[in-house]
Amino acid sequence: MIDMTLTPAHYKSDVKPVWCPGCGDFGVLNALAKALAKLALRPEDVAVVSGIGCSSRIPAYTSAYGFHGVHGRALAVGTGLKVARPDLTVVVTGGDGDGYSIGGNHFLHACRRNVDLTYIVMDNRVYGMTKGQPSPTTEADWTSKLMPQGTGLGEIKPMAIALAAGANFIARGFTGDPNGLADLIVSAVEHPGFSFVEVLSPCVTFRPEQREWKKMVRGHALAPAADSVEAATRIFADDGMNLGVLYAGTRRPFAPPIGRAQRTPTDLERRFAL
Amino acid sequence: MKQAVLDFMARACAMEAEAAERYAELAEQMWAFHNREVAKLFGKLARIEGLHRDQILEKMGWTEAPDPSAFRWETPEGPETTDYGELHYLMQARHALELALHNERRAAEYYERLSEADIPEDIRREAAEMAEEEREHVRLIEVWLAKTPDPDARWDEDLDPPVSVD
Repeated sequence: MIDMTLTPAHYKSDVKPVWCPGCGDFGVLNALAKALAKLALRPEDVAVVSGIGCSSRIPAYTSAYGFHGVHGRALAVGTGLKVARPDLTVVVTGGDGDGYSIGGNHFLHACRRNVDLTYIVMDNRVYGMTKGQPSPTTEADWTSKLMPQGTGLGEIKPMAIALAAGANFIARGFTGDPNGLADLIVSAVEHPGFSFVEVLSPCVTFRPEQREWKKMVRGHALAPAADSVEAATRIFADDGMNLGVLYAGTRRPFAPPIGRAQRTPTDLERRFAL
Repeated sequence: MKQAVLDFMARACAMEAEAAERYAELAEQMWAFHNREVAKLFGKLARIEGLHRDQILEKMGWTEAPDPSAFRWETPEGPETTDYGELHYLMQARHALELALHNERRAAEYYERLSEADIPEDIRREAAEMAEEEREHVRLIEVWLAKTPDPDARWDEDLDPPVSVD
């Protein structure tokens, strides 16, 4: 039964975040809680899965089921969970380093498989937890103590990759607009298939210049396209600061038949016994 | 009371509730970074906004504040809500009070605009009353600020900064 009295506070755990004050990820936690309340989903019917990194701490801060997984493998865990438990709403979370570098391969194939889950990437264009290495979305000329000359490499365009790989819903939000972001997450969860939400989430510690993003973003500038060619044209003309839904496709989600496990965990443990 | 006035008061109540919730969150962030002075200050601001929320509840005879996330504003968040991005782990009391002053002024301007807008007279009257309350808060914060020393010259200097590479 759906409990209509659920508020955003019901989706936050008693664990207090240890993100740096000013971090954009607070806005994502706020927006996720608001979105789940709007969807009126019971916390026990939701699973938040993550990889490794600052942003991947988020499952601990929610009252839903959580899985703080292996670096870059959040989508593999989330996909397996959704296939095994299609009744759960699965939200996979992580950062740009986790999702596009070590997890890049999983990102491609999660888009291609189109399993019905939502992937929220908190993109701050840096590895924050490990002290500021460039990530795949870091600008070529961004310099730091660790990369004094910059990478010299052009950053990837995750939305273009998601579109090319087959994601069924693609959107961009900003942590300085938690209410707008909550609406995007609601749309992403409600849309069938693999939904990708890129979130501009400033890292005030290693990228303090990202505090200026709030003056640069353009709200709801991305109008949703149902046609992938039109969406591709828009995304290649995009400067990364337009917010909204870029693409809402109609591909049928992949949902393999659920079979019974052939082996129990005890059988598996026995195989590994020395 | 007309539905439009009830809706206006619900919005006003949600605005105070969101501001109170945010200050409480910011206090927790500061506690996590052992910035006790600012944590206590944000906690106090949360209680002040909570009192204002409770005053509206009492006036309206309501028992529970409406969910702030049910409302949308001209700005991304409510006019009295602090942006998460404004914080720094080494910030000092004056920084926090300047944020509070900014919020109170925005709230006062919001209600002043409504009190002069082409909308029903009873809503304009309630808005004018709320604007006066917010102006009173502005004055209180200004007095508080006058008693608060400027931040240290090197307030953001950290001898063991997170950005250092081991």
